[in-house]
Amino acid sequence: MAQNEPFNVLRPFDSIDFGIADWADGIKTWATENRDVVQPVKWFVNDLIVGVEAIMHAIPPVFMLGIIFLLAWQSAGARVAAFVSICLILLGLSDPNAWGLAMTTLAVVATSVVVCIIFGLPLGLLAGKSDRFEFAIRPVLDTMQTIPAFVYLVPVVMLIGIGNVSGVIVTVVFALPPIIRLTSLGIRQVNASVVEAARAFGSSPRQILFKVELPLATPSIMAGLNQTIMMALSVVVIASLIAVKGLGNEVLRAMGRLDAGKAIVGGFGIVVLAIVLDRITQGLGRSGRERGHRHWWEGGPVGVVIRLINKKTPKSTSNLPQ
Amino acid sequence: MTGSSTQSSNRADAVIECRNLWKIFGARANEAMQAVQDHGLSKNEIRDDYQCVVGVQDATFTVGEGEVFCIMGLSGSGKSTLIRHINRLIDPTFGEVLIEGQDINRLGAVDLRALRSTKIGMVFQNMALMPHRTVRDNVAFALEVRGVDRDDRYRTADEAIRTVDLDGWEESYPDELSGGMQQRVGLARAIAADPHILLMDEPFSALDPLIRRQLQDQFLHLSAEMHKTTLFITHDLDEAIRIGDRIAIMKDGALVQIGTPEEIVTEPSDDYVADFVAGISKLQLVTAQKVMQPLASFEQQNGPLDMASCLTANLDDNLDALVDLSIETDHPILVKHDGQAVGVVTKRKLLRGIQGKMED
Repeated sequence: MAQNEPFNVLRPFDSIDFGIADWADGIKTWATENRDVVQPVKWFVNDLIVGVEAIMHAIPPVFMLGIIFLLAWQSAGARVAAFVSICLILLGLSDPNAWGLAMTTLAVVATSVVVCIIFGLPLGLLAGKSDRFEFAIRPVLDTMQTIPAFVYLVPVVMLIGIGNVSGVIVTVVFALPPIIRLTSLGIRQVNASVVEAARAFGSSPRQILFKVELPLATPSIMAGLNQTIMMALSVVVIASLIAVKGLGNEVLRAMGRLDAGKAIVGGFGIVVLAIVLDRITQGLGRSGRERGHRHWWEGGPVGVVIRLINKKTPKSTSNLPQ
Repeated sequence: MTGSSTQSSNRADAVIECRNLWKIFGARANEAMQAVQDHGLSKNEIRDDYQCVVGVQDATFTVGEGEVFCIMGLSGSGKSTLIRHINRLIDPTFGEVLIEGQDINRLGAVDLRALRSTKIGMVFQNMALMPHRTVRDNVAFALEVRGVDRDDRYRTADEAIRTVDLDGWEESYPDELSGGMQQRVGLARAIAADPHILLMDEPFSALDPLIRRQLQDQFLHLSAEMHKTTLFITHDLDEAIRIGDRIAIMKDGALVQIGTPEEIVTEPSDDYVADFVAGISKLQLVTAQKVMQPLASFEQQNGPLDMASCLTANLDDNLDALVDLSIETDHPILVKHDGQAVGVVTKRKLLRGIQGKMED
C-alpha cells in the first residue's frame, strides 16, 4: 500500500517503507531452522525444572510449611515467620489444588531467579565498575523491562518450543533488569573514602571487591533480588500462555471459561507467594545495624539451637540450674 | 620552591622525600605541565589556557627519621592531595616521591601494595572505617590483606587497640562508637601493622575541641614512644605547632614556608604566613634569645647593670618562664649562656615579645 502513495513532504512516513517488519519476521524462520541446536540445552534445563518441581511436590505440605517457617524466622524474625505461615495456610485452604499449583509455580520462579542471579550479579558488578558498560547496557535493560512479552513470546517458542524452558526464558528477560541495576547502584554507592582506605592499606582490586564493595553493597543487591523475584512472579500468567503450568495457568484457564472464582483462587495464590518471597528476601537485605549487629547465626532458629548446645556443654563443669 | 624558605639542606636520614612534585588535574594535564616547564605558566594561566586545576605546585621537602612534619594550609590548598602522593593513592604529574630512598612511582602494582601494607599507615579525616567489620577486624585490616593468619593478626590488633585505650571494644562495630573513639580505631588501624611511616590526613579536624585536644595529647604520647616518621596534615596552626617538629605552610598548592614552629612564628616569610601566625600565642614558642638585648648594647645605653640584683634566665627559656621571673622583680632579667651573662630582657622587650613585635 505504501509504495502506491506519491511522496508528500508533509507526510513523508506514509510513502516510505523499509520493510522492517517483514525482515524481522525472518527471525521466526531463523529460529525454526536452528531448533535442533538448542534442544540438548533445552532438555537439560527442562529436566532441572521438572526435578525441582518433583522435589517440591514430594515434600508434604506440612513439612514444606515448617521449612518456610524456619527460613523466614532465620532471615526476617519470628513475627514475619508467623505471618508468612498464616498466609501459606490460607493459600492451602483456598482450594484443594492450590498448594500443588503453588509449588509448581514456585519451582519455575525459583529456577528463573537462580538464572537471573547467575547472569545478573556479574553483569551488575561490571556495570557498577565501568561507566561505559553501564551506558551501553542501560537501553538494553530498559527494553527488557518495557517491551511487551508477547513480542518475544513467538520467536522464543519457535526456537525452543512451548513449555517450562521457554517460560523461564520469558521470565528471565523480564525479571533480570532489577538485579543488574541495583547491584550496579550498590557498588556505586559504596563510600569512596572507605575504598580509598582499603587501597591505602594495600588491598588488591580483588580484595577491595570482596572485602569492602560487595559486603557494603549487599543491602542494595538484596533489594534487587527482591524486585527480581516480584517481577518473576508477575509474569507467571503470561508464561502460562506457552504452557507453563501452575497458578498462572489456573488464572488463564479460568479467564477462558469466565470462571471468576477460579481466577480469584489462582490470583490469590500468586499474591500469597509474592508476599512470602518478598518478606523473606527483605529480611536478607537488612544492614548489620538494622539487625542490631548480630551475626546471622546468632538469631533465628539457628541461634536457638546454638544457644541450646552452648548451654549443654558447660553443664559438666558447673552445677548451676538452668 | 617558591618564595623564601628556611628549609635546611636535604637530610641524610630522609625517610620521605618529595622532589619538585606537581599535580595538575584535568584532561590536558600533561600539556599544561609541559607549558609550565617551558614558559613557567602561573596557576591562573593554566586554568584559563588548559582548563586544568593545579593541585600541588612544585613541592619539595624531606621528612627525617622519627620526625613529625606538619603541613598546614586552608581547605583547597592542596594538602590532602599532597599527602596522597606519599603512598601513591594519587599519581603525580611530575616529580618524584622517595620512601627510604626508593622512588615509589617506579614500583609495580604488587610492590606498591606491599609498601602500603607494611611501611605506611594512614589515618583519615572522616575515619573511613569499614562499617561491616568489628573494631578488631578493622584494625587487623592491613595484616589481613597481607595474608597474616587470623590468630596472629588478632593478637597484633588487640595490642594496637590496647595502645589507644579501647580495650573492651574489640567486638563492637564502628557506628556504636563516638567520633573520638572511631578516630582512635583509625589510629590503631594505622599503627597495627607497625609501619615506619604514618600519614595523618587531618585526623582530628572533625572532632570537637576537647576530644581533639585529648587525641592530640594521646598522639604526642604515642609518637614519642613509637618514634614513627609522621606526615601530619592540618588546617589548624595551633595543632601544627603543638604536634609538629617542623611545619610547612601550604597555599594554593605551593609550600610557602618550611621551618620549626618558632621559625614560622617569629620569622614568617611573607604576609600570608604573617597573617596566620598573628593570632598565635608566642609564650611557649619564643625564647629569651629572640627578645633579649645584647648586654654590651644595653650597658651602652643605660650604664652598667647591677647584675647581683637581677634574676637570671637561660638563652632557651621561653617567654612564659620570663614572665614568671619578671613578676618577681622590677629589674631587667639577665640572660646567661654557659654561665656567662650575654643579654638583658627588659619589661618593654618582654611585653613586645609577647605581642610578637620583636623589632621594637
